[in-house]
Amino acid sequence: MPFTWLVLIILAIAGLGYVLGRQRALASAGGDSRGLHSLPSYYGAHVAMWAIVPAAALLVVWLLAQPYLVNSRVLATLPDMAASDAGSLSLVMSDIRRVADGLDLAVRNGEMTAPEAAAITTDVRERLGEMGIALGSQVSPQVLEGAQEYRSLNATGNMAMSLLALLIAAAGAAYAFRQSHAQFRARNVVERGILALLMFAASVAILTTVGIVFALLFNTIEFFKLYPAADFFLGTNWAPSFSGRGGASDLGVLPLLWGTFYISIIALLVAVPVGLFSAIYLSEYATPRVRSIAKPLIEILAGIPTIVYGLFALLTVGPILVSMFGQNTVGWMAGGTAVMTAGLVMGIMLIPFVSSLSDDIINAVPQSLRDGSYGLGATQSETIRQVILPAALPGIVGAILLAASRAIGETMIVVLGAGAAARLSMNPFDAMTTITAKIVSQLTGDADFASPEALVAFALGMTLFVLTLGLNVFALYIVRKYREQYD
Amino acid sequence: MTDASLDSGAPRKGLTVTDARTRKRNAAERRFRAYGIVAISIGLLFLLFLFGSILRSGLPAFTQTVVDVEFTLSQAAIDEAESKMLKTKAYENFFIAALEGQLNARGLAVDFDAKAIERLVGKPGGTIREFFKENPDRIGTPVSFELAASSRVDGYLNGRITRGTLVDSRFLMAADLDLVDALEEAGIIKGAFNWNFITGTDSGVDNPGGAGLGASVIGSFFMMLVVLFLSLPIGVAASIYLEEFAPKNRWTDLIEVNISNLAAVPSIVFGILGLAVFIQFAGLPQSAPLVGGLVLTLMTLPTIIISTRASLNAVPQSIRDAALGVGASKMQSVFHHVLPLAMPGILTGTIIGLAQALGETAPLLLIGMVGFVAREYPEGFLAGFTDANSAMPAQIYTWASRADPGFYEKAWGGIIILLAFLITMNTIAVILRRRFERRW
Repeated sequence: MPFTWLVLIILAIAGLGYVLGRQRALASAGGDSRGLHSLPSYYGAHVAMWAIVPAAALLVVWLLAQPYLVNSRVLATLPDMAASDAGSLSLVMSDIRRVADGLDLAVRNGEMTAPEAAAITTDVRERLGEMGIALGSQVSPQVLEGAQEYRSLNATGNMAMSLLALLIAAAGAAYAFRQSHAQFRARNVVERGILALLMFAASVAILTTVGIVFALLFNTIEFFKLYPAADFFLGTNWAPSFSGRGGASDLGVLPLLWGTFYISIIALLVAVPVGLFSAIYLSEYATPRVRSIAKPLIEILAGIPTIVYGLFALLTVGPILVSMFGQNTVGWMAGGTAVMTAGLVMGIMLIPFVSSLSDDIINAVPQSLRDGSYGLGATQSETIRQVILPAALPGIVGAILLAASRAIGETMIVVLGAGAAARLSMNPFDAMTTITAKIVSQLTGDADFASPEALVAFALGMTLFVLTLGLNVFALYIVRKYREQYD
Repeated sequence: MTDASLDSGAPRKGLTVTDARTRKRNAAERRFRAYGIVAISIGLLFLLFLFGSILRSGLPAFTQTVVDVEFTLSQAAIDEAESKMLKTKAYENFFIAALEGQLNARGLAVDFDAKAIERLVGKPGGTIREFFKENPDRIGTPVSFELAASSRVDGYLNGRITRGTLVDSRFLMAADLDLVDALEEAGIIKGAFNWNFITGTDSGVDNPGGAGLGASVIGSFFMMLVVLFLSLPIGVAASIYLEEFAPKNRWTDLIEVNISNLAAVPSIVFGILGLAVFIQFAGLPQSAPLVGGLVLTLMTLPTIIISTRASLNAVPQSIRDAALGVGASKMQSVFHHVLPLAMPGILTGTIIGLAQALGETAPLLLIGMVGFVAREYPEGFLAGFTDANSAMPAQIYTWASRADPGFYEKAWGGIIILLAFLITMNTIAVILRRRFERRW
């Protein structure tokens, strides 16, 4: 039974339950809703809730678990041929899935009947080829056998899931329907159910974090099984082999870390002075009119997608820098993509980030401090330098750290603007690359997912995640620890 | 002795005359103020420069130079061409002959060869062959073809490239410009609005002229649908829980810390999450807008939760008290009174979150939504969620990373379209806020 139909039937049961449950409650009060504990609609909602929630929970769990169980069952039936290590095992599994999908497609297109498809034991490639379904490689008998096993297990699983889900939906609705009478406290039950849903929604944030950590952790562990961790963290050479598995790849993270930090430092050297002075001017000197125009304009810079900055770096800033520092003049710069290009553009992107955070913090410094300083005869700039900035310093440091974490995690600008060569160089006009850029290039190629060249992206992602998270936590810590309490 | 008289070494000349120290302090004051003005000007200049270069480089993508040639092919000519080994080459020869005829008819004889034509309009043979295959009834009648000229020719006619700056390459030779001039004089080559750029699909690596953004706009649209229908209910539900019901305990603290941390996680990490969890683990299709939407939902949730909580918080306590006072339950007071009053703020926050998600690129690259998969429109509404497609920013990235500089113009043009969407969304958000914002 197609999944959409299943969902629709469950919804229909819920709808029917709503109407019947409401009617039953009303009838038990003699048709007068004043005799009921709750409003009539709550009785209906109660039945509908019991129809949908347990069935939906079952569907979610089942859909997550079934591929897993089917995979392990199919793999267990395979003879232990070359499928010894994880890489070729997943290759065999994807072969099996492709054959099974091809057979399913043939059945869906009406090219063969379901029993016919299940009966195929030889020549599957030729027969599917006749129907215009291409299978890539030669299909071995084991794979075909696995594919048939896969299909039958999946079919059984889907059947069982549909039946069970419908059964649970109907049973839930019936249970709640029996409870629908005038004395039943339907509103309280429904409200408790809604509260549970709200709580679940709030927990999605935790689920996401857990998902991120697990996705990174498992694949990172896989990677360290194939590639020694010490070589990854201490290696000074980044040279993944493109030949695929077996080729000797150097996957040292240090050149990438250096590129990341170098670009971030240049970005902060641009963004911090400009952002900080803008914030000071806007909050201390500017008239309300100037402020109301300049502040939104600067904040536009924060709303521009990073792909725009990336293109700006690649096509506008890069060529300008080359014309200033390139071969024709001082010869420092070989091509348009360089640390300087990416750093400058990233700096522009971070200006509003630094300025609006600092602006808030400077505004939070109480007026009485300024008045006290002026009263002692200080000029406005002396007040700012000697009173306001020290008072706002923890907040400003926090803002700069947050900006730094942004810079480290920024992807599109460095992918387009910084170049692809990983090198440890001091020259800011050299092309270098960063962690984020290498995550993109390692995962968008056609490398096999089980190879160290692809898995290294997860180790890089883990490094990035830990770095940015650490910076954020540190920023919050500084702000909390050193914040002056004025009220 | 107090400090006040410490630095009175030099005798004062009077109250109206500023001494050296005051002058110094005032100068420092002016300098400091100037730093601020300079900083703001730098920011605004960057903004101006950015938008200037976007418009300057992107607008030409919306116009297109077309070569308009009219010719008639007989059935015999087609049979002859079909019998050859290089069929499209034969069609190309028909095209060249027709072009030559039209030029000669106007007395503008220029020497040119097939190579020059290929540099001007790409390889027209395939297009012509396909046209006659699809419209066999047009054989023998005059047909006029509008073929897109290459971006270099475009550049020459727009004044972006001049005879002086042109470097001979396989894209365009200086000698070809004579032909272009002649064609222009004959009215065969002309400018037209490039509808294909807005409605078309990606064209493959060597045809920048035919590249369009249409399919990836659709991809972005389906992703935004997913984001809207998942992140709005989940975000609002989470905010209601945290703002109205959550007890102060460890679990609530954990949720709060998680939300603020997720807001700062780099977007690429969300891409890794999508790849590992949605594609590898859950087995969802690669390059599908559904997966892209799921990833962007997780990314947008913190933004939406933060703004929703702010607007729930802005509803005064008296409203809740009044509802409770007339006998509503806590749940009823929230859903019947607080939520409707907070709705404008929630919608504003949602639109801003959607605008952010619309411009996000990096996670989409990891789940396979790169530009070159956007070769055709999805077949139906439901297929729109699962068919391989790209999204606007990912398409722009793909164009920007191609070798042919003709794609750069397309990338800038794509950015104009993307920014147009973003500006529209943000304007709607601002209007909503202005129109419905209530001060309690």
